[in-house]
Amino acid sequence: MLARLTHLDRLEAEAIHIFREVAATFSKPVMLYSVGKDSSVLLHLAMKAFYPAKPPFPFLHVDTTWKFREMIEFRDAMARELGFDLLVHVNADGVRDNINPFDHGSNTHTHVMKTVGLRQALDKYGFDAAFGGARRDEEKSRAKERIFSFRNAQHAWDPKNQRPEMWKIFNTRVSPGESIRVFPLSNWTELDIWQYILQENIPIVPLYFAKKRPVVERDGMLILRDDDRMKLRPGEVVENRLVRFRTLGCYPLTGAIESDADTLEAIVGEMLTARTSERQGRLIDRDEAGSMEKKKREGYF
Amino acid sequence: MRHAIANEIEVVESVREYLASQERKSLLRFLTCGSVDDGKSTLIGRLLSDTKQIFEDQLAALERDSRKHGTTGEDVDFALLVDGLEAEREQGITIDVAYRFFATAKRKFIVADTPGHEQYTRNMATGASTADLAIVLVDARQGVLRQTRRHSIIASLLGIKHIVVAINKIDLVDFSQEAFDKITADYQAFAESLGFKSIVPIPMSARFGDNVTRRSEKMGWYSGPTLLEHLESVVVEEDAVAQAFRFPVQYVNRPNLDFRGFAGTVASGSISQGDEIVVAKSGKASRVRRIVAHGGDLRTAVAGQAITLVLEDEVEVSRGNVLVTPGSRPHVADQFAANVVWFDEKALLPGRSYILRTESDQASATVTDLKYRINVNDFAHEAAKSLEMNEVGVCNISTQSPVAFDNFADNRTTGAFILIDRISNATVGAGMILHPLRRAENIHWQSLDVTRKARADLKNQSPKVLWFTGLSGSGKSTVANLLERKLHAAGRHTYILDGDNVRHGLNRDLGFTDEDRVENIRRVAEVAKLMADAGLIVIVSFISPFRAERRMARELMGTGEFVEVFVDTPFEECAKRDTKGLYARALSGAIKNFTGVDSPYETPENPEIHLQTLGRTPEEMVETIENWLNERDVAEHQFDDGGGI
Repeated sequence: MLARLTHLDRLEAEAIHIFREVAATFSKPVMLYSVGKDSSVLLHLAMKAFYPAKPPFPFLHVDTTWKFREMIEFRDAMARELGFDLLVHVNADGVRDNINPFDHGSNTHTHVMKTVGLRQALDKYGFDAAFGGARRDEEKSRAKERIFSFRNAQHAWDPKNQRPEMWKIFNTRVSPGESIRVFPLSNWTELDIWQYILQENIPIVPLYFAKKRPVVERDGMLILRDDDRMKLRPGEVVENRLVRFRTLGCYPLTGAIESDADTLEAIVGEMLTARTSERQGRLIDRDEAGSMEKKKREGYF
Repeated sequence: MRHAIANEIEVVESVREYLASQERKSLLRFLTCGSVDDGKSTLIGRLLSDTKQIFEDQLAALERDSRKHGTTGEDVDFALLVDGLEAEREQGITIDVAYRFFATAKRKFIVADTPGHEQYTRNMATGASTADLAIVLVDARQGVLRQTRRHSIIASLLGIKHIVVAINKIDLVDFSQEAFDKITADYQAFAESLGFKSIVPIPMSARFGDNVTRRSEKMGWYSGPTLLEHLESVVVEEDAVAQAFRFPVQYVNRPNLDFRGFAGTVASGSISQGDEIVVAKSGKASRVRRIVAHGGDLRTAVAGQAITLVLEDEVEVSRGNVLVTPGSRPHVADQFAANVVWFDEKALLPGRSYILRTESDQASATVTDLKYRINVNDFAHEAAKSLEMNEVGVCNISTQSPVAFDNFADNRTTGAFILIDRISNATVGAGMILHPLRRAENIHWQSLDVTRKARADLKNQSPKVLWFTGLSGSGKSTVANLLERKLHAAGRHTYILDGDNVRHGLNRDLGFTDEDRVENIRRVAEVAKLMADAGLIVIVSFISPFRAERRMARELMGTGEFVEVFVDTPFEECAKRDTKGLYARALSGAIKNFTGVDSPYETPENPEIHLQTLGRTPEEMVETIENWLNERDVAEHQFDDGGGI
């Protein structure tokens, strides 16, 4: 009697299948590497999919210049250790105009530094397929998206007119200028991600683990003051509190949670009893109703 | 979330043990389908809510949304949990499939919430293609509707074996057993021939939660399971591991000269080190030397695993081929019969060339015969010339190169394909293979000793197909005729295939509908190909209004052999000239399906030669073509000379 595959075995196989399909059918794929836990899982799966070869595509980080310092250190350490080809793109126009989350708000900052930055990078290198770590359980417009999600030459998603996606037979055909966003983790849940990190012993940015960190309470969120570009408002004080992050993005837009979970087991235990969803810690999803769908239509991942 | 899980944690000793218990749970993938407004999204919202899958912030957002877009008065509108697109919330309908995930103490679930509107049938099919069970919702007041039947047929064609008939809104018919019994009988009578293994009718109210996760107190007459009880216990597993070994090769992994691995996902069966395998398309045999995986070689791999195989021998294998067990081989054929579901606004036309894709293979394909369309109301087989959007039919399909496959009834992975439009790249249809067609297996290519190059060399020319396209009366025949005269005078071997002339003979059985136009061009392209094979310069003068057929003709010919000549005369000018008096009759309605009048002409996007005819004589235009040909000919001869060595 042969062993039955576990739930994680199936999810892993599905993701590896998707990676290989892209490598076999596109001329210039890239993996979007955003350094968070989902990216770490994606990276691990990419290494597995092509073993003993290295993944036959580069990894692109769109750096908004406001990421946590520990994320950048982790990113560079991973690239060194695994020897993958890392491309870093920063929207130079945004830097020139000094676009930042404090003066311009999360909407403008994210649009210019992340969405536009990503579009610039995709155009610059002419990528025809881009892997992302989005999951359908994250948000309800993501729950609607295909695994192979078509983008027109302007990088826009047309949610009302998606290609049918039958079985595991993926339509990978695009005309010049058009591209496909590919989501190998579509069917993973947050629990699956943590469980897989635990099972495979995948390295993740230490910010996910609880530690005393200098945080400021602002707009109902605990913001880690990662450098002195963050000016304190009257009445605000920096406190050293035991916190961790459930999700990572730009530090001024990402809220920490009070937690003493400093092992993977403790994180999973905490997650299982959580009463709020992980994206609640992200300011960008709360700006307006349907905001994620709007960003995606414009080319956000 | 999740008091249920929190409690569960208290009873297991550690998180790792809890996770191990999660891993042992089986997974059920199901979809909800049925007609518009039967309550599909509401049912899923109810399931998620009652199984404690909704976080506090999501619930708060839902309450806000319900006040703004809700259709349930003061109550929370659960449909808004899954209708995630703005257009959906604004219109109060489901457009595309949403995937949601939940788990109970017994099982994990992935549910696809699919749209009920007929125009979004393709999205329902998307959700159904990966599901093992379908919940077909029926509004207790409405009974079985046309969409109920259409969705049931599609579910059946896509290989779903288990159905729940959710007889919903039972509160609106006073929890009537009579209504339940009638709908149950209607559905069972209709679905008898669809081959489902189980059909379980459940009376429920998704809005109020009766019989969804908790037993209703208002239907004492019902003794069956609640929906959740049934979903947790229904056995759907088909034992893919017990089937014959199939390994579609997805990717050849070749990092260096010492390693050549075939990567793919085991579609069915199992494979162990040392097992004998056969390459499906060539019949070549070898053995498995290694099953390579990150972290150490495997001894054995089973259906569903993504692996890399290294073989003992250097056999020729590339993407699209299938490694199989020698004892049970798949079909290898270029013609087969299949059920096809059509998704696109442009109808399926027999004779038109599409791209066919299986899980890893791709080939040009045409529908050689649309045998019949299935009427979704009564299953009647109806004669049809084309398959319109959302229709289902049985077709014979011919591919340009052989494909390895199983019958869909035997293998859901190796028996399925999609069809892709050559121009737009849209996924236009999905197919389930019924069986191979014998004639393909018995007619093999005869290899001939005199080659096409030998035939062309004897004529001292390189064969070409000059394909003239343009409106009726644009001047195609005039230019073609003059060109042939000049080529002939220069000692070239030529032939003109003229649209009107061919319709007197070879194509006398064809009319002017879209279907017949496609077949008309297919035949002419095949004849042109034979003539080019014989070494001739072929001049084809046909309106040939559709890009897809001109592209098909182009792909039939050798590289550089096909020359598209666009004879570009404005419609007004053609209608004014009206040399055959046809435009006057078409514009008055006396002739139907006339190109440019009530049938479209799709202008070429990148013709090799573009002749704008206004103000130019036929002689000037022929000179343009001659110059173009001479430039290419010179280039070819230099190449033939081996670069001047």
